[in-house]
Amino acid sequence: MIPELGQFALILALGLALIQASVPLLGATRGRQDWMALARPAAVGQFVFVAAAFLVLCHAFLNDDFSVLYVSLNSNTALPTPYKIAAVWGAHEGSLLLWILILSTWTLAVTVGSRSLPEPFAARVLGVLGIVSVGMLLFTILTSNPFERLFPAAMDGNDLNPLLQDPALVIHPPILYGGYVGLAVPFAFAVAVLLTGKLSPEWARWTRPWTVAAWMFLTVGIALGSWWAYYELGWGGWWFWDPVENASFMPWLACTALIHSLAVTERRGIFKSWTLLLAITAFSLSLLGTFLVRSGILVSVHSFASDPARGLFILLLLSVITGGSLILYAARARHLTVEGGFRLISRESFLLMNNILLVVATAAVLFGTLYPLFLDALGLGKISVGPPYFNTVFLIPMLPLAALVGVGMHSTWVRMSGESLARRLILPAGVAVGLGIILPWIIFGRASALTVIGVSLGLWVVAAALLDPLKRVLRRGSAPIAFTRGQWGMTFAHLGLGIFILGATVTSSYNLETDTSATPGDRWEVGGYELVFRDIRQVDGPNFQATEGEFEVRRDGRLITILNPQKRIYRVQTSPMTEAAIDVGWGRDLFVALGDPLGDGAWSLRVQVKPLIRFIWLGALIMAFGGLLAITDPRYRAQRAQEKVQLSAQSVKTV
Amino acid sequence: MTPRRQRMILIGLMAVGVTISAALALRAFQENLLFFFSPTQVAAGEAPNERVFRLGGMVVKDSIEREPGSLTLSFVVTDYAHSMPVHYTGVLPDLFGEDQGVVARGKLDDQGGFVAEEILAKHDENYMPPEVADALARAEEAASQ
Repeated sequence: MIPELGQFALILALGLALIQASVPLLGATRGRQDWMALARPAAVGQFVFVAAAFLVLCHAFLNDDFSVLYVSLNSNTALPTPYKIAAVWGAHEGSLLLWILILSTWTLAVTVGSRSLPEPFAARVLGVLGIVSVGMLLFTILTSNPFERLFPAAMDGNDLNPLLQDPALVIHPPILYGGYVGLAVPFAFAVAVLLTGKLSPEWARWTRPWTVAAWMFLTVGIALGSWWAYYELGWGGWWFWDPVENASFMPWLACTALIHSLAVTERRGIFKSWTLLLAITAFSLSLLGTFLVRSGILVSVHSFASDPARGLFILLLLSVITGGSLILYAARARHLTVEGGFRLISRESFLLMNNILLVVATAAVLFGTLYPLFLDALGLGKISVGPPYFNTVFLIPMLPLAALVGVGMHSTWVRMSGESLARRLILPAGVAVGLGIILPWIIFGRASALTVIGVSLGLWVVAAALLDPLKRVLRRGSAPIAFTRGQWGMTFAHLGLGIFILGATVTSSYNLETDTSATPGDRWEVGGYELVFRDIRQVDGPNFQATEGEFEVRRDGRLITILNPQKRIYRVQTSPMTEAAIDVGWGRDLFVALGDPLGDGAWSLRVQVKPLIRFIWLGALIMAFGGLLAITDPRYRAQRAQEKVQLSAQSVKTV
Repeated sequence: MTPRRQRMILIGLMAVGVTISAALALRAFQENLLFFFSPTQVAAGEAPNERVFRLGGMVVKDSIEREPGSLTLSFVVTDYAHSMPVHYTGVLPDLFGEDQGVVARGKLDDQGGFVAEEILAKHDENYMPPEVADALARAEEAASQ
C-alpha cells in the first residue's frame, strides 16, 4: 500500500507542476495578479509531494520491501544501511526521482529567494521551472516508475552494483545532480527575460548567486566522481574522457563561462544576449548529459538498463526545452539594447577571451563525445575517440586561458594602460616562470616542455590569485586594499584552479606505474619505495568475500605503512571487484592494486606512485569554496539588494 | 589607436587563434579515431596493419594460456565465424574471463595475431559490449545465409 502512496504523490506533484507551468506564465502575460500568485503555493506543494514520494522509496529500501521491483533489483537484506540509502538513487528510476527532488528543492529555494523580485518576473521564472518539472515528472511516471510492483515478491534482492557500494558514491549523485539541475535556475531566469522582452539592470545580480551555487555543486560532484574513479574504477587514473564524464564536464565549462559573462553583464550592462545564450546552453548541456547517460546509448556504469522509449522521451524533452528556448532567443534577443564599450586592454576584454576559450573547449569536447554516436546512429561504423584527442583539444584553449586568468584578475573595467598592468604583473610572472623551470628539475631531475609550461602556469595562477591578499597583509596599516566577499571568492576560485593545474601537470608528468608479478615473500623497489609482499589471505565482508594481500612499504629501511589491497567477490552479483590500497600523502599517493592469480602462487599487481595527485581534488574543493564565499556576499541578500536597487536608480537619475 | 581599431585587432587575433586551434584539433581528432573490427572483418583484411584499432569478440573457452608467474598471456577471440589469437602483457580487468565478451585495443602483429595494449574493462557480468554484440549478430547472420 505504501509504495502506491508514493506513486500517487508523484501524480499529484505532476498536477501541481502543470499548474505551476501554465497559470503563472499566462498571468504574467495578462497582468493577472491572482494567477501569478499561484506560482509559489504550487511550487511548495509540488516539493512536498515529490519529497513524500522520495521518502516512500527510501522507506521501501530501508524495510527491504522486495515486492517493489526497483528495490528487489537494487538492494539486498545484507546490504549495509548507508548503501541501502545510496541504492535509492543507484539505478535509473530512483536517480530520476532524485533529479526531480533536487529540481523541486531548487524551485523551493527560488520561491523563497525571489520574494524581492518583481511579481511578473518571479512568476515567469517559477513557470519555466514548472515546465522542466512537468517534463521530468511525465518521464518518470510514463516510462520509469520506481514504485512498480513485483508479483510474487522476491525472497531477497539482487543487491546494489558492487561498484556503487562506496562512501563517495553515496554522496556523488546528489551533489552532482545538485549542480546539473541547479543550472535550471539560471536557465529559467534567462527564459523569463526573453519572455519579458527586456533585461533589467538587476537581472544579472539576481542570477549570479544561483549560477555560482549550481557551479559549486557541479565542481564538487565532478571532483568526487573523479576521486571515486581513481580509487575504485580506474586503476589509478583520475580522468578518462569517458562520454559520461564529458557529460558532466561540458555543463561545468559552460557554467564557468556563464559566471564570468554574468560578471560583465552585472557590472557593465553588456554581453547581455551572450549571457542569456550561455545560460540556455549550460542547461541544455546538462539535459544532454542526462540524455546521454540515461538513454543507454553510452555504455558505462552510469547507463542503467537501456530502454529505447526512455531515450526517445528525453530526446524529445531536450528538443522541446532547448529548441523552444533557442527559438525564443532568436526572436527576442536582438531587442536587448547594449550600451557602453570597452578597450582592448580591460577586464571586459579578458573576460570575453575567457568566454571564447571556454566555449571552444566545450565545443571540442562535445564534438569528440557526439561524433562516434552520430556515426553509429547513421550506420557508418563503430569508432571511439581516444583520450589523446581530448587532451590535445582541451589543452589548446586551456593553456592561454590559464595564462590570461592572472592578467584578467588584475585588469580594471573599461580601460587600463598596458604599462601599469605589465608593471603589476611582471614580478609574479617572472617568479612563476622561473620556478616553473627550476622546480621540476630540482625535484624530479627531468622535465618536458609541457611540464614546464604546466607548472609555470599553475604557479602563475596561484601567484596572481595571492598577489592582492599578500599586498594587503604586507601593507597592513598604511593602505589596506578593501576586499569584498565576492573578491575573496574569485581569489579562492582562481587559487583552486592554480592548485589543480599544478596537481594535474605533476601527476601526469611524473606518475610511476608498474605492472608486476609477485609471490608472497618478494621485495622490490618502485620510485624510491621498497615494497614487501608479506602475505595473501581470505577475509569476509558483510556481503562479500575477499582475497587480501598484505604489503609493507618502506623507505630507507623505515616502515611507512602496510597496505591491504583486496580482490572482492560479492555474494549476490558474483562479480569480482578490485579494491586498491592507497597510502595518501600531500606529496604523493602510493597505490597498490591486486590483479589476478598467475599460477605458482604469483599475483599480478599494479603499483603506482602518483606525485601531487591530491592537489587535483584539493584544487577543485578550493574552487568550490571560492564559490561559497561569492554567494554569501552580503550584496546578494534580498533586502540589501533592494535598497541598492533604489540607490542605483537614484544615482542614475542624478548622473 | 581608436577603440574601433583596437576591437578589429582583437577580433583578428581571435580569428587567427581559432583557426590554428581548429586545425590542431582536427589533426588530433584524425590521429585518435579508433575503429572497431570483429575477427571476421580482420580476416577479410579490413583492419589496418600499422594503426591501432579495437578488436572485439568472445574469449574462447580453454584458450587462455599463460606461463605460470608471468604477466604475459594469450587467448583466442572469436565472433563464431572467425577467430584470432590475442597477446597481452599486464594486469587484466576484473571481469575478463572465458566465454565473456572482450574489447582489446592494439595492433596486428606479423604472425596474424593481435597485440593488445589494453584490455577494456566491463562493468558487470551481464553486460556485453555493444560492438561485440553487434559483431556476433552480424557473423551469425552471415552464417545463416
